[in-house]
Amino acid sequence: MERTSVPPIHNVAICGGTHGNELTGVYIVREMQKQKMEKAGSVSVTTVETNPRAVAAGRRYTEMDLNRCFTDVLLSSPITESTLYEVRRAQELNAQLGPKGSAEAVDLLIDLHNTTSNMGLCLIFYSIDWITLHIYKYIENNLSSVPVRAIQLDIPSSKAYSLESVGKHGFAIEVGPQPNGVLRADIFNVVKEALDLTLQWLQKFSSGHSFEGGTVEAYTFVKSVDYPRDSAGKATAVIHQNLQDNDFKLLRSGDPIFQTFSGDILKYEGEDLYPFFVNECAYYEKKIAFHLAQRKTYSFPPISVKND
Amino acid sequence: SSNNNNTARFDAARRVAIFGGTHGNEMSGVTLVNLWMQNSAEIQRKGLEIKPFITNPKAVEKCVRYVDTDLNRAFTQENLSATGGDELPYEVQRAQEINRMFGPKGSAEAYDVIFDLHNTTSNMGCTLILESSKDAFNLQMMNYIKKAFAPASCLVLLNEHPLLKYSTSRSVAKHPVGMEVGPQPQGVLRSNIFEAMRVILKHALDFISLFNEGMEFPPCTVEVFRVLERMDYPRDANGNIIAMVHPNLQDCDWEPLNPGDPMFQTFDGKTIHYQGSSTVYPTFINEAAYYEKQQAFVTTRRETLAASAIRKA
Repeated sequence: MERTSVPPIHNVAICGGTHGNELTGVYIVREMQKQKMEKAGSVSVTTVETNPRAVAAGRRYTEMDLNRCFTDVLLSSPITESTLYEVRRAQELNAQLGPKGSAEAVDLLIDLHNTTSNMGLCLIFYSIDWITLHIYKYIENNLSSVPVRAIQLDIPSSKAYSLESVGKHGFAIEVGPQPNGVLRADIFNVVKEALDLTLQWLQKFSSGHSFEGGTVEAYTFVKSVDYPRDSAGKATAVIHQNLQDNDFKLLRSGDPIFQTFSGDILKYEGEDLYPFFVNECAYYEKKIAFHLAQRKTYSFPPISVKND
Repeated sequence: SSNNNNTARFDAARRVAIFGGTHGNEMSGVTLVNLWMQNSAEIQRKGLEIKPFITNPKAVEKCVRYVDTDLNRAFTQENLSATGGDELPYEVQRAQEINRMFGPKGSAEAYDVIFDLHNTTSNMGCTLILESSKDAFNLQMMNYIKKAFAPASCLVLLNEHPLLKYSTSRSVAKHPVGMEVGPQPQGVLRSNIFEAMRVILKHALDFISLFNEGMEFPPCTVEVFRVLERMDYPRDANGNIIAMVHPNLQDCDWEPLNPGDPMFQTFDGKTIHYQGSSTVYPTFINEAAYYEKQQAFVTTRRETLAASAIRKA
């Protein structure tokens, strides 16, 4: 692919606490604020605790999942007395870090998350964006303590519902497994390392460094699978032990996926796909036992910063 | 051996309860009890009344640990005799109701045995929690369970500490037995954890059955871990934590912690070492629910308890 010139990244926002019980981001942001991490070379750094009420309550959210509030529709909905806290908060964050889709939006928005699933470190993003792919590659090449993967959600910007869609470029860093309400030092250290690498990359990029092109294998969301349920809507099975903790291990027809409480084994039927978010706690209420993805290879070109 | 005059006699254990959902987001117990309330075939034993029961239904419905206050700390004499009806915190009302149904605590009418099913985010494996080192019936039961479960591990935690002991749901029974299995995140149901709890409970019910049929259990010794001290996170002047459980200690429940070993890691990467005077055995390491109770882990020491022979009276 041809060498590409990309507009500069002047500012980056690092966000934590979007889900109040996903603690790594909360404490990373607080530590960065304590250390007055405001600049990385010429790049200015903003840190934001995005859902302080949920953090104080130790809950994912207080009234509605904040990370589903960033669609164009919700961001432009009129605020009334009965507007849910998180919808209001999303609009505040959009004003502070966006507006989404405008020239004023922060150049890069990174949102920190944890999952109860055994997913290692994942970068989650909407669009195939050269900046994101280069950062992903840089992290993948330099972080060896956990598996590093890329997940792409093929959703157009107007319907993109999560916080990172507010930045001109954006991605979530999702790390697990970590229980809600627990802060593990090993996970904290890995996320800190991934952020240090990101800021390193940004400084190199800003100073004119040329990065080689390459390829990335990314997992693209295809569909989700719910638990089997009874007529009252209650789940009647648990994730089978062969699938539990085996995120990103190819699932084939005939593989066990659930075990009912009475001991029967339910098997997967369908095309070969990769499971992820297997047994994520927050997804029980969203009727998701796991997601399934295809794996695709994307090429990205060599890039360097376009001088203003 | 049946003439051994050191054999302790206990009445047959006729009334047994299995509590789930004492903490509404500890899913193994919630799921098992709900299953057994629908279909109790698996837990039935001859001559034994076994009642599965959800202790904190509001917390279960919201999938939270508690609504107003921790139910598993609520069974104090003060709470149990408090007046105020609906004005009382939800869990205090629940404690009074449970005390009526399964107690009264300390009386002859109380249930013989209550199993209280819990999960922990700590890497504790299967743990039985004992509240008294003098309860020969419970010691014999735990000895039986450990042997039946072997080679898989099932350890015994003894909390008899005058200050750290707390008033549990199960404490209304004559013989309270805590069953704690981890690691499992709150709100998550893992099949391996669920199955393990199901199996240890099966062994427990088998023991009671055998005891009620007249089997004599000879004197035995049981290795326990006795709670010594609660260790909090280092905190700043505002009460915020300033360090995390060190990676070397994380997940190392029941392994020796020696003076000088890494214990916490600050956010800027420094190590804080254990300053105790002797080796201890930490457990409940990094339990989510204990951040607000000022506990990063609890220290224990290993002890061997002796239990007399027991037989039905």
